Amino acid sequence: MIAIIDYGMGNLYSVSKALERMNVDYIVSHEEAVLEKADGYILPGVGAFKDAMAILTEAGLTSFIQKIVAEDKPLLGICLGMQLLFDESEENGLTKGLSLLPGKVVKIPDTIEGNSLKVPHMGWNDLNIRNQSPLLQGIDSGYAYFVHSYYIDTEQGDTLLATADYGVDVPAVVGKGNVYGTQFHPEKSSELGLAILKNYIKIVEGE
Amino acid sequence: MITKRIIPCLDVKEGRVVKGIQFLGLRDAGDPVELAKFYDQEGADELVFLDISASHEGRKTMVDVVEQVAAQLAIPFTVGGGINSLEDMKRILRAGADKVSLNTAALLNPELITEGAGFFGSQCIVVAIDAKYDEELGSWRVYTHGGRNATEWEVVQWAQEAVKRGAGEILLTSMDSDGEKNGFNLALNKAVSEAVTVPVIASGGAGNAEHFLAAFEEGKADAALAASIFHYKETSVKEVKVYLNQQGVNIR
Repeated sequence: MIAIIDYGMGNLYSVSKALERMNVDYIVSHEEAVLEKADGYILPGVGAFKDAMAILTEAGLTSFIQKIVAEDKPLLGICLGMQLLFDESEENGLTKGLSLLPGKVVKIPDTIEGNSLKVPHMGWNDLNIRNQSPLLQGIDSGYAYFVHSYYIDTEQGDTLLATADYGVDVPAVVGKGNVYGTQFHPEKSSELGLAILKNYIKIVEGE
Repeated sequence: MITKRIIPCLDVKEGRVVKGIQFLGLRDAGDPVELAKFYDQEGADELVFLDISASHEGRKTMVDVVEQVAAQLAIPFTVGGGINSLEDMKRILRAGADKVSLNTAALLNPELITEGAGFFGSQCIVVAIDAKYDEELGSWRVYTHGGRNATEWEVVQWAQEAVKRGAGEILLTSMDSDGEKNGFNLALNKAVSEAVTVPVIASGGAGNAEHFLAAFEEGKADAALAASIFHYKETSVKEVKVYLNQQGVNIR
């Protein structure tokens, strides 16, 4: 069973509907006692990093998430939920993240080598696969739907499973051990997104 | 590289699509969910639903439509029309929409953009602008209430103000070009696209695939929206994309 961690800042509806369409058992909750029963987790997120971390911490979920990761249960962060997995973010002032993956969340530059760049990075962009992972099994290319203004700056190349070219190399899929993340919304990224969700379910189910 | 987006727009009234019903040949062509699926299969990159319900009941029905669309579709969609408050935005976004589009309400109360962007993030907030050329102004003027009332705002200035307040995208409709099928208003699009740092969706005037190419190349648009040419099957999303691909435009 998969648990969607509900801390009031996610597009829960479309993620849960996507799981329903795949006939996956899931629960949506913010209560540790309920969440604890799950085999794997999805951390969604739409909005600002600082607000999200404040709410997570206040709800006691920061330590809960660190605990389940230490127990080796799979975790998938989506969009802001992926950014929260990293060390810190410069959005609205420096804020500490969950530090489950190494790297910093920084603003997408609005100019690169004299060319202006539209921010948010909004629309369909193709993935360049960087490292093999069970999350990307059977996927060698394809388009995903991005909508974000901040991206992950990391020196740990092995955590980058796929990137998208937007003037800068935008980390699109990340992963290390049992912790995964997608910058795009898989539930809004057509076939490729659903394939990634299916792979994640397989990871959770231990297939 | 990021692709240019093709966005069909569906007008929804009291829970039903009101344009082009008899021309579509789908089993239930008046059903927004069926139409949304049809456009998804055709390769639409995104959808816009415009709620033109007159009644309170109609608006409530729209929330159901949003839930059904979100349950069935794996592409993003925007909902506009009648969104006047943070509460309205919450209802629509919680029902599963990815973005809300603000038009008249944002002009009457620009603070609404700031509040929405603060709460949901800029990526959720689209500001729709209805623009008409004004001889006296020597530029384009912003209109409200579905193009009925002129405002004091010049289009580029309003677009910049909206972005400053947190709009993540501008949906720019040329009232002069709308329905004419002679092409998007390229000068207008270029002026706005070069003046703001967020993506701009060109709208109004699409008649054929070449018009989309011009919107992207000359008009500097990031996405282009059309309604009737897709609804009336004068062309299809697929055809437009095949053409753009041949012309070297990066599309999905």
